[in-house]
Amino acid sequence: MNTPADSHSVGIVKPQVVHFDTPLPLACGRDLPAYDLVYETYGELNDKHSNAILVCHALSGHAHAAGYHNAEDKKPGWWDECIGPGKPIDTNRFFVVSLNNLGGCHGSTGPSSINPDTGNPWGPDFPPLRARDWVNSQVRLADYLDIACWAAVIGGSLGGMQAMRWSLEYPTRIRHCIVIAAAMKLSAQNLAFNEVARQAISSDPEFAGGHYQGHNTIPAQGLALARMVGHITYLSDDAMASKFGRDLRSGSLEQGDDGNVEFQVQSYLRYQGSQFSSSFDANTYMLMTRALDYFDLAREYNNDPVAAFRHAQCSFLVISFSTDWRFSPQRSREIVDALIAADRPVTYAEIEADEGHDAFLLPIPRYVNVLTAYMQRVGASC
Amino acid sequence: MRLDLRHIQRWIEPGSRVLDLGCGDGEFLEFLGDQRQVRGTGLEIDGDNITTAISRGLNIVEQNMDAGLANFPDQSFDTVVMAHALQAVHYPDRVLDEMLRIGRECIVTFPNFGHWRCRVHLSTRGRMPVSKFMPHSWYNTPNIHFCTVKDFELLCREKGIQILARDVVGNTERQPVLAGTWPNLFATTAIYHITR
Repeated sequence: MNTPADSHSVGIVKPQVVHFDTPLPLACGRDLPAYDLVYETYGELNDKHSNAILVCHALSGHAHAAGYHNAEDKKPGWWDECIGPGKPIDTNRFFVVSLNNLGGCHGSTGPSSINPDTGNPWGPDFPPLRARDWVNSQVRLADYLDIACWAAVIGGSLGGMQAMRWSLEYPTRIRHCIVIAAAMKLSAQNLAFNEVARQAISSDPEFAGGHYQGHNTIPAQGLALARMVGHITYLSDDAMASKFGRDLRSGSLEQGDDGNVEFQVQSYLRYQGSQFSSSFDANTYMLMTRALDYFDLAREYNNDPVAAFRHAQCSFLVISFSTDWRFSPQRSREIVDALIAADRPVTYAEIEADEGHDAFLLPIPRYVNVLTAYMQRVGASC
Repeated sequence: MRLDLRHIQRWIEPGSRVLDLGCGDGEFLEFLGDQRQVRGTGLEIDGDNITTAISRGLNIVEQNMDAGLANFPDQSFDTVVMAHALQAVHYPDRVLDEMLRIGRECIVTFPNFGHWRCRVHLSTRGRMPVSKFMPHSWYNTPNIHFCTVKDFELLCREKGIQILARDVVGNTERQPVLAGTWPNLFATTAIYHITR
C-alpha cells in the first residue's frame, strides 16, 4: 500500500526554493533577470558528490516526484513508482534532484509570477522558453548543490528531450543519459495536437489574451478541453477500450428511452479536464507545449543528429513503449540509430505495454526491470 | 561458456569494436570485455536476456535482425559476431551480406547439420533429428535454416566471401582430430572467421 510509512517510500518530503539573481540569457534573445526554482531531493549526496541524479519532468509535471508532502496526502509524487528505497532509482544509493521547470506553475518562476518590472503577473509576456533554457537553469541548480557531474539525467517525454540536451550542451557534466518515451523532434501530427490544445485555451473568453489573472478569471473550460485532447493522445486505443469500452455511466440506449446518455469515457475525460484546470496555469500550458514544439535536437548541428550526438560523452539508455503513438518506438529508434552512427554507447529497450504514452509513468514489470538493471550500472560508476 | 565462444575470442583484436548479433544474456560480450577489453554492442530480442545483459553493464540494443541492420553504418565495427543464430534468421545470406558490410571481419558459428548423428537419425528413423544439442521438434524450432559445413562453404564461394579461418567443435573435447579432419561429419559446431 502507498503510504508515507511504507519502507519503499521516501516518506515526507519538503520542497525547497532557491533564488537566482544572475540574469539567465534565454534562447529567445531575452534575459530572465531573476528567478526561483522549486526542487525536492531524495536520498543523500555522497562525499564525492558523484551519486546525484537529475529527474526532468514532462509537460505538466512538477518538483514533487516522490514521497508525500504530509501524512494526509492521498497520492505520492508523480514518479513515486520508480524513486525510493529499493526502487529502480534507489534512494539508498542515489541523491535524486527533481525540480519544477522555469515557466512552470508549481513554485518556480513562471507566467503567473510577478514581473518585477511591472509589479503585475508576467502572464503571456513571460519569455518563451526552450529545453535548452531549462537545461541552463538546471546547470545553475547543479552548481548551487555543488554537483559537478550528474551520475544520470533522466526524463520521460519532454523530460527526455531535456536529458538529451544536457548530453550535448554539457557533455562533461553527465555520465548517463536516460531518455524515456521521447523524440528528437515532434512530428507534424504532434505539433497539430499541441495547436488544438492551445486554440482550446486561447479561444476561451476567460483567457483574455493571457491576461486572465488581471481580469480575475480562469480559462478553466479551455484548459480542460486542452487537457482532454492531450489525454486522449497519451492513451492507446487498447487502453481506452479495456478501461472504458463503450460502457455507459448513465442513461440507456434502449429504444424508447430518450434519457441523457453518458459514456464512461466522456465522464472520465471531463473529470481529468476539470481536475487539471483547477491545478494548472493556462499560460504555463501554452509555454510548455511551445517548448515541446520548438525542440529539435539537431537544429544547431546542421540538422544532423549524428553530428549532434558526437558532442555527447555519456552513455545512453533509450526506452520506448509499443503502443505509444504520441512518441512512438520509431521516434526512439531514430535516437538509437543516430547514437549508433555517432559511435556512442547506447542501450535500447522497447517495452510491450498497452498503456500508450502514459506507460512511462507506470510500474510495468519489464520497464522496471530494465531501468533497475541500468541504474545498477549507473551506481557502479558513482 | 559455450565451447564455440571460447574458440572465437582469439580472433578478436584487443580494444576493438565488436557487434554481437543475437547476444543472448551477454555472457560472451562480458567475457570479451574482460579478456579483450573490447567496446561491445549486443543485439537481442528476448526481454529477459536483455535485462540480464544490461545488468552486466553491457550496451544492448533491442532489435530484430530479420527486420534488417540498415541502421548500422558501413564498416562501423571491427568484428561482427553471430553465434548460433544463422540458422534462426529468415534470410541467412542477406544477414551475412549485412554483417560483412558493417564489420571489417565477421565470425559466424552454427550447428552443423551434416554431423554423422544427424545423418544417422534421419536415415535410420526417417525423422528430423532431435538431440540434446538441437532439442526442438521440426514444428516449433526457431532453427529454420539448417545447413552443413559444405553448404556454408559453398555459399561463401558463391558470394565471394573469403574464409580467413575455420574451426570446429566436435562432440566432445577429446575429438578434435576427427572433427578437424572430417568437419562435415564430425563437427557439431562450425566456426568461421570471414571477410570480403
